[in-house]
Amino acid sequence: MERTIFDKIWDGHTIGPPAGEADLVLIDRILLHERTGGVALKSLLARDIPVRDPDHVFAVMDHIVDTFPGRTSETLMPTGKDFIVATREGARAAGIRLFDLDSPDQGIVHVMSPELGIVLPGTTLICPDSHTCSQGALGALAWGIGSTEAEHALATSTLRVQRPKRMRLTISGGLALGVTAKDLALALLGRFGVGGAAGHIVEYAGSAVEALDIEQRLTLCNMGTEFAAFSAIIAPDATTVDYVKGRRYAPVGDDWDRAVNDWLALRSDAEAIFDTELTFDASDVAPMVTWGTTPQQVVAIDGAVPAADEVGKAMVEGYQRALHYMGLEPRTAMESLKIDAAFIGSCTNSRISDLRRAAAILDGRKVAPGVKAICVPGSSNVKRQAEEEGLHRVFQRAGFEWRESGCSMCFFAGGESFGPQERVVSSTNRNFESRQGPGTRTHLASPETVAASAIAGHIADPRKLEI
Amino acid sequence: MEPFTTFTAVAAPLMRDNVDTDAIIPSREIRQVSKSGLADGLFAGWRYLSIGERDPDPAFILNNPALKNARILVAGENFGCGSSREHAVWALAEYGFQTIIAPSFNPIFRKNCLANGVLPVVLASSIVEPIARGLAAAPGSLLTVNLEEQKLQDEVGGCWTFEIDSEEKRALLSGLDPIDLTLTLSDTIAAFRDRDERERSWAYSPLSR
Repeated sequence: MERTIFDKIWDGHTIGPPAGEADLVLIDRILLHERTGGVALKSLLARDIPVRDPDHVFAVMDHIVDTFPGRTSETLMPTGKDFIVATREGARAAGIRLFDLDSPDQGIVHVMSPELGIVLPGTTLICPDSHTCSQGALGALAWGIGSTEAEHALATSTLRVQRPKRMRLTISGGLALGVTAKDLALALLGRFGVGGAAGHIVEYAGSAVEALDIEQRLTLCNMGTEFAAFSAIIAPDATTVDYVKGRRYAPVGDDWDRAVNDWLALRSDAEAIFDTELTFDASDVAPMVTWGTTPQQVVAIDGAVPAADEVGKAMVEGYQRALHYMGLEPRTAMESLKIDAAFIGSCTNSRISDLRRAAAILDGRKVAPGVKAICVPGSSNVKRQAEEEGLHRVFQRAGFEWRESGCSMCFFAGGESFGPQERVVSSTNRNFESRQGPGTRTHLASPETVAASAIAGHIADPRKLEI
Repeated sequence: MEPFTTFTAVAAPLMRDNVDTDAIIPSREIRQVSKSGLADGLFAGWRYLSIGERDPDPAFILNNPALKNARILVAGENFGCGSSREHAVWALAEYGFQTIIAPSFNPIFRKNCLANGVLPVVLASSIVEPIARGLAAAPGSLLTVNLEEQKLQDEVGGCWTFEIDSEEKRALLSGLDPIDLTLTLSDTIAAFRDRDERERSWAYSPLSR
């Protein structure tokens, strides 16, 4: 029987006969952060249920911590410290590894985990965080869950899960110069809609995907949750093996050889059957920018806010509301939109390659007057690496704030935010109403587009700037 | 978890597609490391006239006095998309919602509903939309949810059946805790894991270093 990569991992992790339509699936790695993990640990502790395999669990502070230099457990978010302390105490009581504020390895969970080799190809990994699908980029089956399911996984090292349907999205061609995995992810959402992968695990395949480095693959898989997918995955190849080798929690010696053998056998068999097959040509993708309040409301950067009669069926509902919230008129050219702020960060786009590409655009240039510009490296390791390369100076000289790592202003938790009606171009993943601050208007784009826009003072095409 | 029983209650139509969990419970409303104290923040961005204040916006559907005791929410496509925060379900449940009817749900949100005794009913939009129109035309109308028979009924003779996974149905009806259920399989899990560790030592050895 020919199998997909998903089938191979799933079958290898399924314990015993299914109960009802759900399978009992062994979980190899559990990640927690202070926003949703602390409450899970606290709840288990209250029930006096131990964590079954603490060695397989990692906790990190990323969501609520401030990102100002010199930060402490005190936060701008009024009750933020409670979440930090609860997670710290819960991790200690359960005996699990914690990357705390002062850890050199602290970072956004989906940046830090690949960086340290916590996620490995062929493993199952869960985290009470929707963007856990990012880590499918390494060829792992990684998916987001809620806090109660996290408690189940912590207590039993398993989850009861219904087998999702299998989708292959074959992306042919190659991305043009100045076009990134972020633009590709947004273009896919524009084409197939935010419900496009509902009920499916999506395997990204094809020449355009194989050509991506691991950091770009992480960006592509990151937005699988915006696609309503169970998760996203990319088959491990030589690029993956090279990336994982030597990382702290990667296998060594004989185990490494066995692992590589196993990993390279994971790719979907030639005749494997998918429930759904989609194709897409990457060659024509331009830098993309969202205009609305869901990531499918997106156009090429040289395009305009659509008129009512251009809106596809998937977008009709909510069109007027999005226009109103975003303060936009139909047919307005995207590049004519003045911005108040620019944000580079988040689990989508805050890795070292993202910062290098943004810095190449900012080098020798200045942020437009009146634009608040912030760069938040995705992890403390990314930050150190960037500083060794002098990138922080480039950001700072251009007029960007240079922060400590964390999720920061990707979402507003009651602390720091952009102001009402402020227009922000952002390398993050969600342009929902009030996501980055009450009434804040978010336009999602690549780090390059954010950098180019910060300089121009309006949404701007990075391909028009010389590097 | 309380066992899910058949009930009849006011149903509120919220016919927007892609309602995200940031809208259901804004992050700023999640102030405590707790699963409770969230009902007040439910739909805060839409329900109140200004951020941080609690003046009801009369234009928002749940502020219609006829829907004061709504226990059923009828919603659009992809309900509960976005952040995995279970606080969205905790807020809905604490407010009083026991059932949500929609053409599709975000997968994490759907699992979170089940984990908290909230029934997610999936019905085709060709069924949900007329139901919602009926509810909007006569605010305060009742629906009956019968999970045992997988049936939904209105007051004027409408009756629809819905699908649900048999184990999910059993769990809701019994109210049994899934952790307790799985812990009864501890020996099976341990045996599986031991064999797996021999076959896939690379997935284990780096963690005991």
